[in-house]
Amino acid sequence: MRTKPRLAVWKFASCDGCQLSLLDCEDELLSLAGAVEIAYFAEASSAMEDGPYDLSLVEGSVTTAHDAERIREVRRQSKLLVTIGACATAGGIQALRNFADVNDYLAVVYASPRYIETLATSTPIAAHVPVDFELRGCPINKVQLLEVIAAFLAGRKPAIPTYSVCIECKRRGNLCVMVQGTPCLGPVTQAGCGALCPGCRRGCYGCYGPMETPDTAMLARQWSAMGVASRDIRRAFHSFNAWAPAFREEGEAHDD
Amino acid sequence: MDALPTATAAVLDRDGLQALIEALAARGFRVCGPVVRDAAIVYDEISGVADLPAGWTDRQAPGRYRLERRADQALFGFAAVPQAWKRFLHPPVETLWRVRQGEDGMLFSSAVETAPRYAFLGVRACDLRAIAIQDRVFCADDCRDDAYERRRRDAFIVALNCSEAGDTCFCVSMGTGPRAEGAFDLALTELLDASRHEFLVEVGSAAGEELLAGLPRRTATEPDRAAAASVVARTAGRMGRSLETAGLQELLESNPEHPRWDEVAERCLACANCTMVCPTCFCTTLEDHSDLSGGSAERVRLWDSCFTLDFSYIHGGSVRQTDKGRYRQWMTHKLATWFDQFGSSGCVGCGRCITWCPVGIDITEEAAAIRATPHIQGGDHG
Repeated sequence: MRTKPRLAVWKFASCDGCQLSLLDCEDELLSLAGAVEIAYFAEASSAMEDGPYDLSLVEGSVTTAHDAERIREVRRQSKLLVTIGACATAGGIQALRNFADVNDYLAVVYASPRYIETLATSTPIAAHVPVDFELRGCPINKVQLLEVIAAFLAGRKPAIPTYSVCIECKRRGNLCVMVQGTPCLGPVTQAGCGALCPGCRRGCYGCYGPMETPDTAMLARQWSAMGVASRDIRRAFHSFNAWAPAFREEGEAHDD
Repeated sequence: MDALPTATAAVLDRDGLQALIEALAARGFRVCGPVVRDAAIVYDEISGVADLPAGWTDRQAPGRYRLERRADQALFGFAAVPQAWKRFLHPPVETLWRVRQGEDGMLFSSAVETAPRYAFLGVRACDLRAIAIQDRVFCADDCRDDAYERRRRDAFIVALNCSEAGDTCFCVSMGTGPRAEGAFDLALTELLDASRHEFLVEVGSAAGEELLAGLPRRTATEPDRAAAASVVARTAGRMGRSLETAGLQELLESNPEHPRWDEVAERCLACANCTMVCPTCFCTTLEDHSDLSGGSAERVRLWDSCFTLDFSYIHGGSVRQTDKGRYRQWMTHKLATWFDQFGSSGCVGCGRCITWCPVGIDITEEAAAIRATPHIQGGDHG
């Protein structure tokens, strides 16, 4: 009998939302358990087995010296390493510290900051170890996650497009909120969410990070023409994917 | 559709239009027409005249669309709607086939669903031409799309001679409107003034004639026809813009290095909205998905765009790496090389690519800019 590939799911600095997307695959969980051996998934099971693992899904960013070491060990134990979510691929919302002094944040958040050991920055997994595939989103889309796992099992390339949200939006038949007067990050953001927010008549928040050829400067110019203040343009780019280079640079080009 | 002399014409009032919609539904058609949704006028299923956007219009400009009230109760007093009939005839996402592992090998099955028989109410002149162009793409002998052809053959088309032109309309210069010409079953012209609200109906097929015969109507008089002609003439005089087509193919094909391509590339987001809303853009991509058990798989066809990197990806990378290369490809194909491929322009002058470009890039302005200074050489190849 063919041994099943061993799956591990890891958490770094994150909210657990992307791991929950995996648990949210209710209809598919049994087939997943049939196709792989879930060897390590602390969020779901206390049975934690040692490596090596065939596929590691990594959630979260690196914000402590301990985690910077731990990700190296995960990499050593994993044949394939796939990051899941905005934290693991771009540093997450916690990468806002990268634009400020982390000690100022600590003083505001914690009553006794002296017990906190943290790095000055929040960085994506790929800044520390080689990553085989990055799945975007805040949180990830469970359909895309299943596609990545199924592709891994079949030894094929996952069908995860890198074009703009606009293509998904138009396929859905949504009206373009931007053309109707609502600033939207969709034209510079990677598809994957199914154009969730424009489908609810809201502008895109950029949860899936920069698309393949993001012309953020032109989009920002258009937002500005629509009356959006410089500070708000900066904040729109500096959110869940603030440390993704295209969004980082565009945000920095606008005064706070 | 059998050609009939267009002399056959009648006049319907609002009740007659209601009877037309009901008669189509009674014949098993899913009747689709304009409705107000999400602060816009879009095509969707309708069950009667009450669903139509009475008293609504749109104000369109490059990168801008607003729904507004009209002073009258016109039912068709608006310009091109955000997405054309393309999404009914050429659906954005379609599973083509499924395969599963059987005892004796792989078992394939078609997954194309039987589409309803559509009746389209209010197919504008430009969109009628666009359907004819997609017919040439999908119903060609050497690469036939059976599902498209079936949907198309089953469709009943009630065309519309436009009574309103938008700021981004330019069908007159493309020779595609505002009078509906081509394959329709019936064609409406809305006749609305202080004394009446009626619809001149022209017959374009035997099916149209048969349907019309069962509706409460009166025979069209010469003044009715004259009134309809003046509606079309007034609309033709209100085009928001125009595109000079004389020598356009040669102009674009001989200016691949014009500096204007660099200039437009500065503004182009490569977001692909123009290609999605274009009623003639037909490109698709295929995605193959296998399931977790490895026991089944499916092939899905999705609308694609020449503005993505994947579109021109061949071994080693994308052929068109720059926005310049992609915008030039799209516009040159649409306005020039389309003639070589399909015997006509790929543009029908509906203006959707202008209105629905988030940054308002205007294809008529781009063509005019190249025409203004032809044969200037620009920078590197895109």
